[in-house]
Amino acid sequence: MAPVTGASPPPNPPTMPHLADYAAVGGDPEIRELRALASRLDVRSVKMVNTTAVGGGVAEILNRLVPLLEELGIRTKWEVLKGGEEFFAVTKAFHNALHGEPYQGSPEWFERFVAVNDENRKRMDWDDDLVVIHDPQPLPLVLAREGRNSHWIWRCHIDLSRPNIEVWNFLRPFVEKFDAGLFSAPAFTQSLPIPQYLFYPAIDPLSDKNRELPAEYVQQVVERFGIDSKRPILTQISRFDRLKDPVGVIQAYRSVRKYFDCQLVLAGGGADDDPEGAKVLGEVEEASNADPDIHILNLPPWSHLEINALQRASTVVIQKSLREGFGLTVSEALLKKKPVVASAVGGIPVQVIHKVTGLLTHSVEGTAYQIRFLLSNPEFARQLGENGREHVKENFLLTHNLRRYLLLFLNLHHR
Amino acid sequence: MKPAKQPFDFVAASYLIRIRPERAWTLAELAQHLGSVSEDSIFYHTFQSLETHHYTVFSNDFAQWCLTACNEAVLAEELSAVDLRDIVAVEELRKLLIGKLEVHLTRVPQAGDRPAFEPFYFSEAVETVVSLDSQAATLGELAAGIRRMGNQTLHYHFINSRLRLRLQTNDFSNWIDDSLGLPELARKVNRIDFYTNTLGGIRRELVQVMESWPQ
Repeated sequence: MAPVTGASPPPNPPTMPHLADYAAVGGDPEIRELRALASRLDVRSVKMVNTTAVGGGVAEILNRLVPLLEELGIRTKWEVLKGGEEFFAVTKAFHNALHGEPYQGSPEWFERFVAVNDENRKRMDWDDDLVVIHDPQPLPLVLAREGRNSHWIWRCHIDLSRPNIEVWNFLRPFVEKFDAGLFSAPAFTQSLPIPQYLFYPAIDPLSDKNRELPAEYVQQVVERFGIDSKRPILTQISRFDRLKDPVGVIQAYRSVRKYFDCQLVLAGGGADDDPEGAKVLGEVEEASNADPDIHILNLPPWSHLEINALQRASTVVIQKSLREGFGLTVSEALLKKKPVVASAVGGIPVQVIHKVTGLLTHSVEGTAYQIRFLLSNPEFARQLGENGREHVKENFLLTHNLRRYLLLFLNLHHR
Repeated sequence: MKPAKQPFDFVAASYLIRIRPERAWTLAELAQHLGSVSEDSIFYHTFQSLETHHYTVFSNDFAQWCLTACNEAVLAEELSAVDLRDIVAVEELRKLLIGKLEVHLTRVPQAGDRPAFEPFYFSEAVETVVSLDSQAATLGELAAGIRRMGNQTLHYHFINSRLRLRLQTNDFSNWIDDSLGLPELARKVNRIDFYTNTLGGIRRELVQVMESWPQ
């Protein structure tokens, strides 16, 4: 399905911000202390390994984190696992199984998984002092540590609370060879013999998705998509995925419409390169019943500025997921001081403290009620937004992520 | 301006959060784990988490969990009423918390084994302190340094220091009294309420109190 008309063409690559630029959001002390921590770290190099250089949250974080580590004088190499289609079919089956689904692969896939990692292990050099492996796909690379005096860290970005036991039992021996595991929430952890640390994911406040925008640009985007900025705008930003419950959002909106003349924006991507996404988009369009006040925007992947503008133009931001990893779109909205109504799933309750930084719900009915409550109480909504921004500024920014890595490196390398 | 006997050393303090294996699904399990978890864990859920609780109803993680996951409002209030300003050792705090839980479970025995909505995950803070190679020799320099201090470092000097010093005071008051010989100002600084202020509010009040002190 083609993206909506009106979406802007790909912008020029944004200029990479420097560490000092982050003082505008996190304050000068934070930057000064980052430099002090980094100056104590005496390492030859750090290696980060994941499965993709572009697309997805991990690549997005590494794209920003690696240059900042370099700027702090820490030589950082970023390597990407080479696999091919067959390997990524295996890792997708593993990924789903680790999220608690039944394992949909064959027994031979376990061997294939190790074989591809063996090829990568031989291809890469391993003379780094610290190695950070992101997610389960490159786990067997840890076999490279044998005979070397390096420290290995596993950063698990997924919810491991209810893994399929067959897949977890296969991966667990690799995990146990690491010096530390990093998890996005305590509930995502497993009982392991290695130390496990809490590493919240982070958003980049200076990225196109989050940076401040001129009011005129926000207005221009809203008009371009035919949205009326004079009436309340309810927005959910997410892929067209059933787990984000876009149809449930429409049901909640219809309930709110009995009381408020509002509009709904469902904006996201994933419907072009994913057959399942196109199917869900079809279901959403059908559920909208051609309501002119429901704006379904299937945006291309480079629409960061548009998404930023849509969040800023919103009266209430919704994240009615049925399941969620961490759900960083919530932090993106909170940073923009938006009142958020979100499901109490995955990492969302860490970001939304009920009635303090947003409102948590468990159903369509609850979501509708809380949206109505916010529309009736704009001063309370404003206060939630203010608190939400402070909460994000204290916990979920890229600079916090950088600080946690520096601390971990110092603790492992200089203990 | 009166010079100090000893300079105040500025540091950068940071905390990694380590997730421990202990989890409590009931109040009885909470009491049991409270008896055996590390001091660092008790410290984390009371002193270290104080900043987060500037937003929430209760002032420590245990109280917050008793309310939101166990629906035990009375116990939550009792646990929250523990005043960290009176505590100079974690063992003392551990005994106080267990005592309050045991009294509650004697009063409401059926609450002991009732499953919570979500478990309590014990964690602990791993502290790292590095010198900033910067010192204050006067009150004005201390105030200027506090302005430039990160939130975690401010927490370290003003709140966590109470356990380190074991003196019901904080690093700033201790230095103002010992090195500047200004006990009245030291007391005034120590009276700033870290329960009802955010760290930003504490910083503003500290600087204001120091800058308005006649020198």
